[in-house]
Amino acid sequence: MKLFQKSPWIIHYDGASCNGCDIEVLACLTPRYDVERFGIINTGNPKHADILLITGYINEQSQPVVRTIYEQMPEPKVVVAIGICATSGGIFRECYNTKGGVDSTIPVDVYVPGCAARPESIIDGVVQALAILERKKKEMAARP
Amino acid sequence: MANRTVIPFGPQHPVLPEPIHLDLVIEDEHVVEAIPSFGFIHRGLEKLAEKRDFTEFTFVAERICGICSYIHGMGYCQAIESVMGLEIPERAKWLRTMWAELSRMHSHMMWLGLLGDAFGFENLFMAFWRVREGLLDIIEETSGGRVIFGAAKVGGIRRDVPDDLLARIPAQLAKIEAEMRPITDVFRDDFSVRQRLCGVGVLSQKDAYDLGAVGPVLRGSGVAVDTRLEGYAAYDRVQVEPIVESDGDCWARAMVRIREVYQSFEILKQVLPNVPAGPVDMKVTGAPNGEFFARLEQPRGEVIYYVKGSGKKQLDRFRVRTPTFANIPPLLKMLQGCQLADVPVIVLTIDPCISCAER
Repeated sequence: MKLFQKSPWIIHYDGASCNGCDIEVLACLTPRYDVERFGIINTGNPKHADILLITGYINEQSQPVVRTIYEQMPEPKVVVAIGICATSGGIFRECYNTKGGVDSTIPVDVYVPGCAARPESIIDGVVQALAILERKKKEMAARP
Repeated sequence: MANRTVIPFGPQHPVLPEPIHLDLVIEDEHVVEAIPSFGFIHRGLEKLAEKRDFTEFTFVAERICGICSYIHGMGYCQAIESVMGLEIPERAKWLRTMWAELSRMHSHMMWLGLLGDAFGFENLFMAFWRVREGLLDIIEETSGGRVIFGAAKVGGIRRDVPDDLLARIPAQLAKIEAEMRPITDVFRDDFSVRQRLCGVGVLSQKDAYDLGAVGPVLRGSGVAVDTRLEGYAAYDRVQVEPIVESDGDCWARAMVRIREVYQSFEILKQVLPNVPAGPVDMKVTGAPNGEFFARLEQPRGEVIYYVKGSGKKQLDRFRVRTPTFANIPPLLKMLQGCQLADVPVIVLTIDPCISCAER
């Protein structure tokens, strides 16, 4: 964890999930798991965020919203797909309104499996995202 | 006349964990009208009932919503069992009642925390969610899941709960109740909390009834309706009184939910010692042929399941009318004439569960 010079802020968006993963994302912030001690704060503004946590798969109507949030985030940025729905569509894969996982719309860096994903695995996913964020930052600095 | 402006609220908003979009027509600082638009989480899972085996569909029904997931699974099973004429074992009925109450408590405590967060009282949010983790521990010990229990199945429950574990739960609940008291006292007595909630988003008794509000929204406006009195599962053998507040404002709706959490502690005190010994499931043969409406009380209000089968393994039709869907027209009524700054709090007091509403 000593790699980071600044605290990474997360933004959370519910693509089209059942809520199970969303409340587990929020549970990560609360005293039992408490990621805020590492300086990770849930922000509502995409322009302040470094890590995008998306739960649920993508449908026709949420696709432009997800894309807009992603485009508004400043570089470097990392996307974490939380839960099996965000990874592949999960139990709703055969529904008529499903377009597939989050990677059908925006590039995804870390996949967190589970239905619903447990807070421990979400935190593990975010920690992996931090390493990717650091790498992307170095690549940006090396760019001419 | 003052100028009218339209302000979009959502779908991505700091207060809402879920996407809902409202176009707020504003005159000065007051909301004249709110126009909702939906479909951000529409999955079309009712159609999935035609592709899946009716026993397998229980898992899909549980994922209508991740917060009230257990009651969705239980309601679906109850509807199928009624079509097929199955009388499930007594132990399964009592354990279903226990999980239904535990899920009501965890949902209400989650909501109370989110409401604190909505008006900027972050400490309250953290405190409620810390206590809620104790409940999730009980749920995880008994059913195996934290938010999606996976405990209901057609013909009973999926796994039995050992008696020594059941005997341990009352002590754990007593500890949680003791931790709850000081936090809910803050809700009840704190000056700034009352300032934000009292007299905000008033819904009259007549409007609540006419617009078809359900659950704590309806009871907060002084109408005593509680579907648990229908006596499904083991509710016909426990004492349930509908909890009613008369003011119809945000404060009244919060008080209804706080008192319901304490009521659930009382119900569990009646349920836990009375769980009878015996089998927890029965063999299910054949397929549903016929139709049935099941009505249950969710944390958010009355939910209706309609199933129709024609002797095949797949259902012909599955329909669910969820409480948030019923509470949208009352919400639009509450928003008329309120301050712009109160919109997030008012939206939150119907306990919006958009995943439920859009299915």
